[in-house]
Amino acid sequence: MLEKALVGSKRYWMWMGLLAALSVVGFAFYLKQFTYGLGLTGLSRDVSWGLYIGQFTFLVGVAASAVMLVIPYYLHDFKKFGKIVILGEFLAISAVLMCMLFIMADMGQPMRFMNIMLHPTPGSVMFWDFLVLAGYLGLNLLVGWVTLGADKKGIAPPKWIKPFIYLSIPWAISIHTVTAFLYAGLPGRHFWLTAIMAARFLASAFAGGPALLLILALIVRKLTKFDPGKEPIQALAKIVTYAMFANVFFLALEFFTAFYSGIPGHTHAFHYLYHGLEGHTEMVGMMWTSSILAVVALTMLFVPQVRRNEFTLVIACVALFISLWIDKGFGLIIGGFVPNMMEQVRPYWPTFLETMVTVGIWAIGLLVLTALYKIAVSVREETAGVEIDH
Amino acid sequence: MSMDRRQFLKITGISSILGLGASVASATHPIWMPGVDPDLVSPNAQALTAKRWGMAVDMTKFRSEADIKRVVEACHSIHNVPDFGNNPDGTKNIKDEIKWIWKAKFKQAFPEQATELNEHLEEAPFLVFCNHCDNPACVRVCPTKATFKRDDGAVMMDMHRCIGCRFCMAACPYGARSFNWRDPRPFIKKEKQNRKYPTRTKGVVEKCTFCTERLAVGQMPACVEKAPPGGLVFGDLDDPKSAIRRLVSTRYTIRRKPELGTGPNIYYVIGGR
Amino acid sequence: MKLYNGGLIITGIVVFLALAFFPFYYNIGKVNAKPEPKLEPAIKMSEKRFGKKQCVEPREFMRREHMVLLNNWRDSVVRDKNRRYSSEASGKTFNMSLQNECMQCHSSKKNFCDKCHTYMAVKPFCWDCHIEPKEKEGSKS
Repeated sequence: MLEKALVGSKRYWMWMGLLAALSVVGFAFYLKQFTYGLGLTGLSRDVSWGLYIGQFTFLVGVAASAVMLVIPYYLHDFKKFGKIVILGEFLAISAVLMCMLFIMADMGQPMRFMNIMLHPTPGSVMFWDFLVLAGYLGLNLLVGWVTLGADKKGIAPPKWIKPFIYLSIPWAISIHTVTAFLYAGLPGRHFWLTAIMAARFLASAFAGGPALLLILALIVRKLTKFDPGKEPIQALAKIVTYAMFANVFFLALEFFTAFYSGIPGHTHAFHYLYHGLEGHTEMVGMMWTSSILAVVALTMLFVPQVRRNEFTLVIACVALFISLWIDKGFGLIIGGFVPNMMEQVRPYWPTFLETMVTVGIWAIGLLVLTALYKIAVSVREETAGVEIDH
Repeated sequence: MSMDRRQFLKITGISSILGLGASVASATHPIWMPGVDPDLVSPNAQALTAKRWGMAVDMTKFRSEADIKRVVEACHSIHNVPDFGNNPDGTKNIKDEIKWIWKAKFKQAFPEQATELNEHLEEAPFLVFCNHCDNPACVRVCPTKATFKRDDGAVMMDMHRCIGCRFCMAACPYGARSFNWRDPRPFIKKEKQNRKYPTRTKGVVEKCTFCTERLAVGQMPACVEKAPPGGLVFGDLDDPKSAIRRLVSTRYTIRRKPELGTGPNIYYVIGGR
Repeated sequence: MKLYNGGLIITGIVVFLALAFFPFYYNIGKVNAKPEPKLEPAIKMSEKRFGKKQCVEPREFMRREHMVLLNNWRDSVVRDKNRRYSSEASGKTFNMSLQNECMQCHSSKKNFCDKCHTYMAVKPFCWDCHIEPKEKEGSKS
């Protein structure tokens, strides 16, 4: 099926060429970082994780969100998702790939990467995170490829794939739970030390991921003959709405605990992020942008007329996606590090190089995603009208 | 000498099987990396040993800024800790900063115990460094056992194994860890370089190690040696007869963030005599 | 059976083989001297210390296994608190330290380590951290 990614219109190749060029630029900047060290980023001994780890965290959520299609389709027999479930699985593949690249970009000694396997340490959450991510990548490759291959031949997928599909459901939950545990188990980082962290992660993932998928599905429909149908889009919109409500609610709970208890350590990070601390207001603009976009998106999604209109629905989804990207891909990490362990404010801001490496990794992800979607769409176009029961 | 049958059996068989459950130290090696034949190696006879190394810090013994500076400089020069100098505006360059031991204000070292009503105490200088915790968060999170706790209590770094993920820096509640954001060599002054100790490479984490390289040859940690008498007391907290134990048992001491359950082994004596 | 695009494929294979075997035919007929690491300073030092020529383990073993030995020493020192190594062959004891033992006798990285490593194009990362001994005047090779 791979050959389907190698034939395409001029527009397809121009898009792929642009992404390839961006990847190369990003990689060139990475080589610079590889030679000099991570000092070319904005990081310091006080804020030792930043944009890279933020993007990693955010993308684990995008990857996990494929389960929001798999559960209705395979567990609740919601046939309408039949056409787009493959889009979710392929999105997961490219998201996990980006996660791994962001981890590599953030490592001080990437050549020693295999030490994680050579000296397995079950007590370390990062060891488990590596395992579940690799496993999830494998599961989605397997399931996506086998089901699509069956579709191409116009037959039902083999029976042996079912256990893997069911396994992928708890596995998706696990990747984001384990990622939350990276943060939620550290003594002394008050902003992260919250039992609701994993739940928050899952809620924001199940809002942001399907929102992205919805946008992608509509783009695919506009550009190709592949039509996911109106109803699956509306079903996705409802998932996004409920998940986003849960996410905003969870964030409000964090505010309550911090400010009603009044414990200084718990409030400091919120002060820094939303108001500024000791004259440092670097994050305030971004965090309020995120909050306003969240409220706007949620209000739009709550009104049925707005949600049913695909044009306004897309606007709401874009707003929601940007809001979550800021909140989880950036603010969440920085809030854990500022103020530092000595209660000093040592701000962080990504450098140009860091931004370009990040752009490069997103370009690689989009490149892979486009190729995979091209394959899926080509197969679907060929078998249009044939409905296969999985 | 090639690897003969006897040695081969020793390495692959007995040492790994026995070593696996026998001692804490051997558990740091996975079974597929048996390491050196344990019969051939031993610690130095003159090495200082303990069940639980700890330190008591009595800042009242430090009479001047110079006393503090001397201690910090002794540690940093003996361990080839780079100095990244100052920014153009004269402030310290904290972007790439690496430090093992440094001076902090009371309100920074003990934020939850500071009181605005005692301005003198809030601003008073305290030496801070790795707490060599009983239950170290950094060791718990390390995905490669590059940082680990020795059976004498020292929390140690294996720079050869560190992958530079910086999970330990996120986990340490004391900010004791530094990362090599760039090659440190150009920032270690040639004349100050200690040629008996390695430098670090870019991309690894480092911190105070209780001077394990000095303990191994029967010397006290460098900071202890350079501190005014009684300023830094180093010894075995599990030995009831040791000076540090008597000091901690009889005087009022505080520790940094003990409520986190990390079990810090650095005690700060309050109210000098 | 018909080979589609045969000309292109065969040209491709030929170009690939030509590139892959470039190092071999480029070096045909050229003499490559065997590396000779300088042992004299180390022998002199060991005679001073032990009264006879004496390395940690026999030369053949060291040639083949020194990297394994160094890795084992490293782990034993850093992780298990050991510092002394008693030679399996001679029973003599050594301080397990690259900077403070090995290089005390093998006092020139240039004339000892680099001789073979350069020949073999091996670049061990020991010296990223460990400080090599100062090269003495006139020890240029």
